[in-house]
Amino acid sequence: MSRIKQAFSNGKAFIPFITAGDPSIEITEKLVLRMAEAGADLIELGIPFSDPVAEGEVIERADVRALCRGVTVDQIFSMVKRVRKQSDVPIAFMTYINPVFAYGAERFLKNCRDAGIDALIVPDLPFEEREELLPHCVENGVVLISMIAPTSNERVHMIARQAEGFIYCVSSMGVTGVRENIGKDAEHMIKLVKEVNDIPCAVGFGISTPKQAREIAKFADGIIVGSAIVKIIEQYGPDCVPHVTEYVRTMKKAIKT
Amino acid sequence: MPKGRFGIYGGQYIPETLMNAVIELEEAYTHFKNDPKFQAELESLLKNYAGRPSLLYFAENMTKDLNGAKIYLKREDLNHTGSHKINNVLGQVLLAKYMGKTRVIAETGAGQHGVATATAAALMGMECEIFMGKEDTDRQALNVYRMKLLGAKVHVVTSGTQTLKDAVNETLKEWSRRIKDTHYVLGSVMGPHPFPTIVRDFQSIISREVKRQIMDAEGRLPDALVACVGGGSNAIGLFYDFINEPNVRLIGCEAAGLGIHTQKNAATITTGKVGIFHGMKSYFCQDEYGQIAPVYSISAGLDYPGVGPEHAYLHDAGRAEYVAVTDEEAVEAFEYLSRVEGIIPAIESAHAVAYAKKMAPQMLKDQIIVVGLSGRGDKDVAAIARYKGVEIYE
Repeated sequence: MSRIKQAFSNGKAFIPFITAGDPSIEITEKLVLRMAEAGADLIELGIPFSDPVAEGEVIERADVRALCRGVTVDQIFSMVKRVRKQSDVPIAFMTYINPVFAYGAERFLKNCRDAGIDALIVPDLPFEEREELLPHCVENGVVLISMIAPTSNERVHMIARQAEGFIYCVSSMGVTGVRENIGKDAEHMIKLVKEVNDIPCAVGFGISTPKQAREIAKFADGIIVGSAIVKIIEQYGPDCVPHVTEYVRTMKKAIKT
Repeated sequence: MPKGRFGIYGGQYIPETLMNAVIELEEAYTHFKNDPKFQAELESLLKNYAGRPSLLYFAENMTKDLNGAKIYLKREDLNHTGSHKINNVLGQVLLAKYMGKTRVIAETGAGQHGVATATAAALMGMECEIFMGKEDTDRQALNVYRMKLLGAKVHVVTSGTQTLKDAVNETLKEWSRRIKDTHYVLGSVMGPHPFPTIVRDFQSIISREVKRQIMDAEGRLPDALVACVGGGSNAIGLFYDFINEPNVRLIGCEAAGLGIHTQKNAATITTGKVGIFHGMKSYFCQDEYGQIAPVYSISAGLDYPGVGPEHAYLHDAGRAEYVAVTDEEAVEAFEYLSRVEGIIPAIESAHAVAYAKKMAPQMLKDQIIVVGLSGRGDKDVAAIARYKGVEIYE
C-alpha cells in the first residue's frame, strides 16, 4: 500500500500543516516526528515562499519567520531524509510554483523521491497548468495533489477524473486562516467528486476546533489544519512541540469517533 | 492546452478559487470586444471623457539641444487623470459593468492606476477599493487623498516589501474572497491570462494614434519608440501596432535604481530570470531559490519585480530591446524636460526621456524617435525635491 493510501486507512485522516523552518529546521523535524506519534495521518510541510498568495496572515508570518532564518529547500530535503530514518509517516510538500521552477522541476521531484516525499501540493498550479510538474511527478512517483474550491462548480468533474492520491477541498472562499463558520460548500463539492472518482477528499481552510473537525469529518475523508497549528508555533516558539502534539492528539480523537 | 501564451510566457498560474473568475472574464471580453454597443460606448468615453486622441508633440527645443534625431512626445500625460492608465481602466470598468459587476478592486504603485480606477468607478457608479503598499502611500500621499476624494476606499498594505508587488498579492487575495460581484481591474499587462491581452488591447490605442499622427506630421514611420517598463502597459501600448514594422526599433526602459550591479534595482529583464509568479511565466527578480526579490526604484510605478509576459517574449524574440536607466539619470531627465520643454514628466516616463536623450545625439537628423510620455509629474514633485535634499510640505 502506498503511503498516501495508508494515510486514509486509519479512519478519518487528520492532516496537520506546518511551515518548515518555523521556528527552526530542528524544531520542524521534532514536530513532524511527534505529530506522527500523536496520530497525524499525513503531514503537510510548507516550503516557505516570499509571496504566499493563497495564505492568510498567520501562515504568511510563518513563511517570513522561516525565510528570515535563512531556511532553504536543500535544508528541508535533508531534514526530511533524517525524518525518514525514524518514521514512515506520509509527507506532502506544500509550496508555490516559483520555488519549484527555480530549483528545476526535474531536480526538485527527483530529490522529493530520494527524500521520501509522497505528494506535492502547489496552490498556484491549477488544472490547466499542471503539465508544468506532472510529468516529473509521475516519473518520480510523487503524487501531484489536485485542489477544488467553492467556485469550481462544473470544473469539479474534470479535475476529479484526473486526480490521484487525494483531493484537497478548499472549504471556503479567500485565503487560509481560522474561520468561525465553514459553509456547506465542501459537502456539495465532495458529492460531486465521488460521482466520478472514488478518491479520498480532505477539507482544508478555516478549521481550528475539534467540534468543526467532527462536523466536517461526517462527510470528508480527511481534515487539514494549518493556521491553528501555526498559531500555536508562533505563540510558543521553540517550546511549541508539546503544545502542538497535544493539539494533534485532540483533533485526531475528535474525528476518530 | 494552456491558454494565453506569448511563446513560453504567460499562462494562468493562479489558485483554483480564481479559475472560474478568469474564465468568465475571458468569455465576457471575447464577447464584448466585438459588440458594437460596447465599442461605441468605450470610444465615446475615450474621446469625451479621457480627452483622446492625446497629442503627438514635436519637442523642438529638445531636438535642437540634442542635435540629433527628431524627438516626438506621445502626450499620455494630458489624458484625464494624468496618465495612460485611464485607457485600460475605462475599458475594464466598462467591461465589468457589462458583466453585471458592482464593485471593482485594484492594486496601485505610484497611485496613477488607483486614481484612474477610482475615477472610472465614480463615473460608472461602482464601489471601489484600492490596495497600495505602505511605502507608496507614504511617498505618494497626494494620490491617496485623490482616491479618497473620488469615493474609493484605500487599503494600506503592510505585508512584505510594502510596495506594488505586495499590493498585487493583497488584491488577488481580496478577489479570491469576493468574486461574484467584484472585478479586479489589473493595472498592467501582467497577471494571469486574459489580463495581459485585455490590458494590451485597451492600451494599443496609443500606437494606433501614433501611427496616424506621425504619418500626418512626417509622412513616414519613426525609427525608434522609447517607453518606460514596469509591468509594461504603456510600453506595449506604444509598441503594439509597430511590432510588425521591422524597421521601427522598440526600446523599453527598465528602472535600474541605484544601478544594475547593486541589489537596489527593478530592472527585471536586465537582471532577473525566468520564473512563475502573479499568475504568469515571465522574467522576475528573484534569488537562486525562487524567492521574489525586494526590488527598488525611485519610481513607485516601476518598482515591481516582474514584467508582462509579452515583453518577455518580445525580448527573447529579439524584436524589442530592454535597457536599464538609473534613478540619477531619470531625475536628471525629469528636470531637463521641465526646463527645456516646460513639461514635467512622471518620474516613470522620465526613464524613457533619459534614454531618448542618450540616443538622439547618436542618430541622424532626419531620423525620428517617439517617446512615450506616459504620465505627468505633479505627483512626483515633492519626492524629487526630497531626492535633491529640499524639504517641501505637501
